Amino acid sequence: MGEVLLSMEGIDKSFPGVHALDRAQFELRTGEVHALVGENGAGKSTLMKILAGIYAKDAGVILYRGQDVDIPNPRTAQHLGISMIHQELNLMNHLTLAQNVFVGREPRRGFGLMLDESKINAQTQGLFDSMRLRLDPRTKAADLTVAKQQMVEIAKALSFNSQVLIMDEPTAALTDAEIEELFRIIHQLREKGVGIVYISHRLEELKRISDRITVMRDGRYVDTVDAATVTIDRIISMMVGRTIYESAPEVPEQPSQEVVLEVRHLNRGAAIKDVSFKLNRGEILGFAGLMGAGRTEVARAVFGADAVDSGEIFIKGQQVAISSPRDAVEHGIGYLSEDRKRYGLAVGLDVESNIALASFTQFTEMLGMVNSDKIRATADHYVSALAIKTPSIQQRVRNLSGGNQQKVVIGKWLTADTEILIFDEPTRGIDVGAKSEIYRLLNDLAGQGKSIIMISSELPEILRMSHRIVVMCEGRITGELTASEATQEGIMRLATQRSVIVANNGSPANPIEAK
Amino acid sequence: MMATAETTLKPKQSILQSSAAQKLLAFAALIVIFIVFSLLSPFFATPENIVGILLATAVNGVLALGVTFIIITAGIDLSVGTVMTLSAVMTGLAVTIAGLPVPVGIVVGILTGATIGLFNGIVISRMRIPPFIATLGTMMIARGLALVLATIETGTIKPIYFNDTPIFRQITMSSILAPLLDPIIPGFNFPNAVLILFIAALIAAFILAKTVLGRYAIAMGSNEEATRLSGVNVANWKTAVYALGGTFSGLAGVMIASRLNSAQPALGVGYELEAIAAVVIGGTSLSGGEGTILGTIIGAFIISTLTNGLRIMNVPQEWQFVVTGLIVILAVYLDILRRRRL
Repeated sequence: MGEVLLSMEGIDKSFPGVHALDRAQFELRTGEVHALVGENGAGKSTLMKILAGIYAKDAGVILYRGQDVDIPNPRTAQHLGISMIHQELNLMNHLTLAQNVFVGREPRRGFGLMLDESKINAQTQGLFDSMRLRLDPRTKAADLTVAKQQMVEIAKALSFNSQVLIMDEPTAALTDAEIEELFRIIHQLREKGVGIVYISHRLEELKRISDRITVMRDGRYVDTVDAATVTIDRIISMMVGRTIYESAPEVPEQPSQEVVLEVRHLNRGAAIKDVSFKLNRGEILGFAGLMGAGRTEVARAVFGADAVDSGEIFIKGQQVAISSPRDAVEHGIGYLSEDRKRYGLAVGLDVESNIALASFTQFTEMLGMVNSDKIRATADHYVSALAIKTPSIQQRVRNLSGGNQQKVVIGKWLTADTEILIFDEPTRGIDVGAKSEIYRLLNDLAGQGKSIIMISSELPEILRMSHRIVVMCEGRITGELTASEATQEGIMRLATQRSVIVANNGSPANPIEAK
Repeated sequence: MMATAETTLKPKQSILQSSAAQKLLAFAALIVIFIVFSLLSPFFATPENIVGILLATAVNGVLALGVTFIIITAGIDLSVGTVMTLSAVMTGLAVTIAGLPVPVGIVVGILTGATIGLFNGIVISRMRIPPFIATLGTMMIARGLALVLATIETGTIKPIYFNDTPIFRQITMSSILAPLLDPIIPGFNFPNAVLILFIAALIAAFILAKTVLGRYAIAMGSNEEATRLSGVNVANWKTAVYALGGTFSGLAGVMIASRLNSAQPALGVGYELEAIAAVVIGGTSLSGGEGTILGTIIGAFIISTLTNGLRIMNVPQEWQFVVTGLIVILAVYLDILRRRRL
């Protein structure tokens, strides 16, 4: 590890409704791999996007090689030698690898009119050779695996003579062999003095690859520790920390033991791997895990929104075939998407139309005539039952707050007589006050005998609401905890548990799973 | 190369899925259409009729060249037909009323197209209006302007004839290749219009494959955000692509005026759909990122051959529209099938 290459101090950033970074700080040395960790929404990506010129900071100082620098756009970052490899890859599939590496700064010939294809091919080949990558620069990016595309992104970053390389979840989509290859290249870069910022959720990886680890929580800097000496337990406890929900978890009353929904051996490609679980009447079953763990995929599969490779679904003991959302609705399953505006609501329509949307057959009379009186009565009922704050049921849903929009979706599914409600991130984008109302509503619904699956990335929320918690990681269920035994640390451990750990050690990697 | 074996890790695409395959398919379709009509009608495969097909392809083909670039950026241009007409009228005014020399008139026509294209580009990339709406607006604007300008001379809407400048008609209708081709195929009057189409196609192919403009058109169509993050000024380059499209429309305007020996101000509506159809049939993806000039030229020939053949078979024009529409839907459906399996 060399001298300080970069330091960010007092970085502040707000987005509408969110204070994403609150006096965040970060330091990077030459020839260092510096891991940046934290829960979803801790502000890691935001902080790094500020460094890469994608977001503008509201306040704070960035010192690069001792100089105070301003990074208004990605181009400036590139000129300074700061490159970021994004979580979602940014290659242009229709261009060749060489064209991708040099896009935006193609060498020209013929009076600056023509592209010099042979030059970029040769230079790209040189880059690949220096990374010991066996790739043909003339291959189209679309023909590469995700892992190879990532290598190409690294090559592109290096072609800017990058001194700072930011990698956001680089191993998320890689196999173990591919991760080894990535680590080889990271080591190689470190030898050359490049400073590497490594954002990852996979804690066991960090111990291997990084020199130092900085932990962030709720947009704030927590601490920077030496990777060699720190324990994974310690990192987890720093990540989780104290939470803003100081109130004691309200574990709801024990549900009945009547199984309403049972899913057996659900599989879909790499997204869902042998997922089985049961849901009881009146139960809130929490689905915890990090983003991309496959929770939404499971929900969509159960709801019939995506086709599955294999798996069986039983409702009240009867095997059912669900191949479309329509089938799911007929079997009394409702799905409340995390993206309400896209999948849950017709935001341009009014409250009553949205409430009636999933059950129009109820309101349709002879000859396809819609009974508007009945719709109005139903809508009025749910507006008061769910305490939806709206000037009238003719109000367009677009104009309601996030919390009230969520209630409209709930009203829609209750109108459709659903017994099983799947909530995907029910409080995302909803302010704190409205959150507790949604929580109360979920508890009431469970109390009335509805069965609820609640997917949430917010651990306090999961802990507070659930009777049981299923934790997923990379498409598999890595553990199931009861409300009494679950802790944030325990969930986090299961949520970051990669398959190799279990497979290699032959035994569970932590005591909680052994229970 | 060793490396190639390493890189093609993805499951190999089936033949039908590649863009090259669609081009091949389109070319095969062209041959089949040609053979079928030859068998059905003795008047189809005659030199005169083939010249007719070539002429019919020339204008639509040039329009389609410009549209190819725009569709590659995942955009669309509905204004090419009426911009063509406006350019024709401008050339007509320059040559007949202003009395400017024919070459100047040609430049005026082409520049008119380029200017409207530039306008399209600015509306789309700066005002962020979706291309479909922006060019729909421009389509109406150009149509209106063409009609307004055509009233300048007489006060009523009338075509502008180039009767005082016979050379203007020869630009497309005479055949400078005739002395070369006559010994090979006697009586085959290969019109200049087709020669212009082929030259324009070569230029377009060069721009697409060898210049920065072509590269960025593909890059933007493939992943606009990634292109922006790579430091490319996406707004400017997109504007340039629409200006290029307009330039081809301007050229098409000069060509159609020359071919008809007049600027017909009421013409132009419907040409945009034929041009888009040619591009799509030629394998350019409506979702952007891929497309070839050769494919577009083949697509343009398919449309004109089909139209011509149906006419020769005495199929009423109404039904020709129906067939063209069905072909477009089929071509887009093939594109979607290809995409879905990727």
